[in-house]
Amino acid sequence: MGWRQRQPNLFMTQSTALRLTGLSKRFGSVVANDDVSLTLEKGEVLALLGENGAGKTTLMNMLFGHYLPDSGTVEVADENGTLHPLPLGHPQAALAAGVGMVHQHFALAENINALDNITLGSEPLRSFRRNRNRAKTKIEGIIERSGLSAPLNVPVGRLSVGERQRVEILKALYRDARILVLDEPTAVLTPQEADTLFDNIKAMTKDGLSVIFISHKLREVLAFSDRIAVLRHGKKVGEMATADADEKVIARMMVGADTPKVARTEMAPGAPVLKLSNVSVEGRAKRDTLKSVNLTVNAHEILGIAGISGNGQSGLANVISGLAQPSAGTITVDEQDVPKPSPGTMVKAGIGRIPEDRHHEGIVGAMSVAENMVIERLDDPAIQSRGLLKRDAIQANAEKLAKAYDVRGPGVTAASRLLSGGNIQKLILARVFERSPRLILANQPTRGLDMGAAAEVGRRLLEARERGAGVVLISEDLDEILGLADRIVVIRDGNLVEAISHDREQIGLIMAGEPA
Amino acid sequence: MEFGSINPVLLVASLMVASTPILLAAIGELIAEKSGVLNLGVEGMMIVGAVTGFIVAVQTGSPFLGFVAAAAGAAVLAFLFAVLVLFFLSNQVATGLGLTLFGLGISALMGQGYVGIRPPASPRWDFFGLSELPVVGPILFNQHPLVYLSLILVAATWYVLRSTRMGLVLRAVGESHDAAHALGYSVHGTRIAAILFGGACAGLGGAFLSLVIVPQWTDGMTAGRGWIALAIVVFASWRPWRVLLGAYLFGGVTVLQLNLQAAGIAIPVELLSMSPYLITILVLVIISSDRNRAALNAPASLGRAFHASH
Repeated sequence: MGWRQRQPNLFMTQSTALRLTGLSKRFGSVVANDDVSLTLEKGEVLALLGENGAGKTTLMNMLFGHYLPDSGTVEVADENGTLHPLPLGHPQAALAAGVGMVHQHFALAENINALDNITLGSEPLRSFRRNRNRAKTKIEGIIERSGLSAPLNVPVGRLSVGERQRVEILKALYRDARILVLDEPTAVLTPQEADTLFDNIKAMTKDGLSVIFISHKLREVLAFSDRIAVLRHGKKVGEMATADADEKVIARMMVGADTPKVARTEMAPGAPVLKLSNVSVEGRAKRDTLKSVNLTVNAHEILGIAGISGNGQSGLANVISGLAQPSAGTITVDEQDVPKPSPGTMVKAGIGRIPEDRHHEGIVGAMSVAENMVIERLDDPAIQSRGLLKRDAIQANAEKLAKAYDVRGPGVTAASRLLSGGNIQKLILARVFERSPRLILANQPTRGLDMGAAAEVGRRLLEARERGAGVVLISEDLDEILGLADRIVVIRDGNLVEAISHDREQIGLIMAGEPA
Repeated sequence: MEFGSINPVLLVASLMVASTPILLAAIGELIAEKSGVLNLGVEGMMIVGAVTGFIVAVQTGSPFLGFVAAAAGAAVLAFLFAVLVLFFLSNQVATGLGLTLFGLGISALMGQGYVGIRPPASPRWDFFGLSELPVVGPILFNQHPLVYLSLILVAATWYVLRSTRMGLVLRAVGESHDAAHALGYSVHGTRIAAILFGGACAGLGGAFLSLVIVPQWTDGMTAGRGWIALAIVVFASWRPWRVLLGAYLFGGVTVLQLNLQAAGIAIPVELLSMSPYLITILVLVIISSDRNRAALNAPASLGRAFHASH
């Protein structure tokens, strides 16, 4: 972490590259941005922080012309450093002024090679012949200066996620971007890839590039940015030099209160709850394929599954929840063989499932909160007798759970889709934990949740572990796994590799497929 | 013009009869759609029910057996639809349209020798002379058993969907088949049952037409009632009591316009004949548009194919 104490580039004359003044945007009654002003100096890396829904992406979309602000101005400096107001709501104008944006989801044509993807859209329409060599020379120049390497002659579909991201950035630089906006650039990268990316970004800022990056990860923000701006509920609530910041200060600024630190006590593991022996799953894609894996989860234990997304996490989750049939191998729950796994048998065997896609696989959105809270235990005589639902009992149960798990929303009789993502997750937690499952499968349980809700999920998982449950925690957030898991297994390309220690470097190397 | 010749009591009593085929078909389709399956083959299932019921009733002399056969015959057709849609993942809209065309064709073939024959008459329950009571007698106590059955079905559907385990699972499957599957419920089992129920109801409706209302067999005698039933389900925003309202509105206007025709009113017959379709749709559109919630009430998985493996 040698970046922490880095000083701003002193040899560069400080001048403003971008100035946002008083930007506001409403969607109906929701205020997405409220009078946000922000400046970006030339050659500076600004981290834009905030919880989900704080308005970071909206702000960047106004800068890039995707949204028309209700009020406010955007000014961008030209090559000579003079600020010019940008016509709002025109992405073409933003591009022409030198603003490049790399979205979280890449916009690349998979069958076309990287070179053509980069030049696509910046070709003059009228000329008949394309000057590919000139384009290639220019791109190679950019690669040399920035260190962002990517094979140019291979169809983008065959590139890795990290390479694709570099292609996206090259695309922006090829169009002479002087201001680069990156929306959660490291969400799909290994720790090593992320470090390399930031090294490259640093190299480019020496050439005068200014960068804004959106992130949730405090660690990389502290390590790689010059300045930090924090948004909360659409307002800018703080701005500071990174050298003056620490995790606690930023977290408090983002949430508006101190987040409780999850306390974890050491605990001796108990008997095995789940055993996978040589289990293979033939999925349609890499993400749901498993190659003869062995896995044991014990009582009183949280097993963390780390890995880059799409390396077989879905396959593992599906086979544990009974959604996918193993093509080979055996599954044992509580030392009992499960001969024909299906979602129903796995629920009955005592597996509580916190699914990755909570909106589509976790709840039935059109049904009420109360109904969703009992939908996994309709055989329970407390819920129904002879097929008739006990509506009063269901209602009382829902009110009790909503209170205990702090599920907030328009009430337990309202449709569950009206809840926010965090509250939907709390609903699922309530439903799962009320059944006191032997094993809890938590697949990306805090993805998209704000810090308070994420801390609550961690606390509940630790509570279940204390009670004697085994927990499988699948997460792409290595910090979450390091904070909660007793043991860590890395999933890569459908294989499982046990990490010997809680060492970030070592785990990162296994994630990348290098011998540790 | 003599409006005095129209007897309001008889009008109400006969509107209940005229509405029953549509009510039965619509309540069956409501269940199928609640499970997430859009079956556009209602018209085809109705007419197959009409011809099967007619043939069996004529052959056996028992209207009761006729109704049983009508329900079974239409359910067979529905089963075909279920297999195609659920297991071969064929497109629900195209398959449903095909089912209607197939039903119209095969019913004409089956009914060739039965045109112009009178079926055996169904008994009416008269509840120990209660049918002799003025006004309420003919309306409440002198109807065909199927009229009562259709009303019971509406109430039962409402109750089952709202207050039973079965109803909750059915709704879960229709609203989010992925979630229902992951929670351990059988999406295919639920949908097959719902489709078969829908088919049986449509068949009963069709047979009520050929055995009670007309009573005769003619080609294409359902005359678009299956489509009206489909429209009623949508405009009733999948609520059983609104389906009842829509069906009785259609039946009411049908009977009224027949009475008006008989009374010799100076409106072209063609206009009167189309009025039930027109007025039903208009009224239901107005009802369902009064709040924008109506569109949201459609089962979220309606018409979407379900594939168990991910």
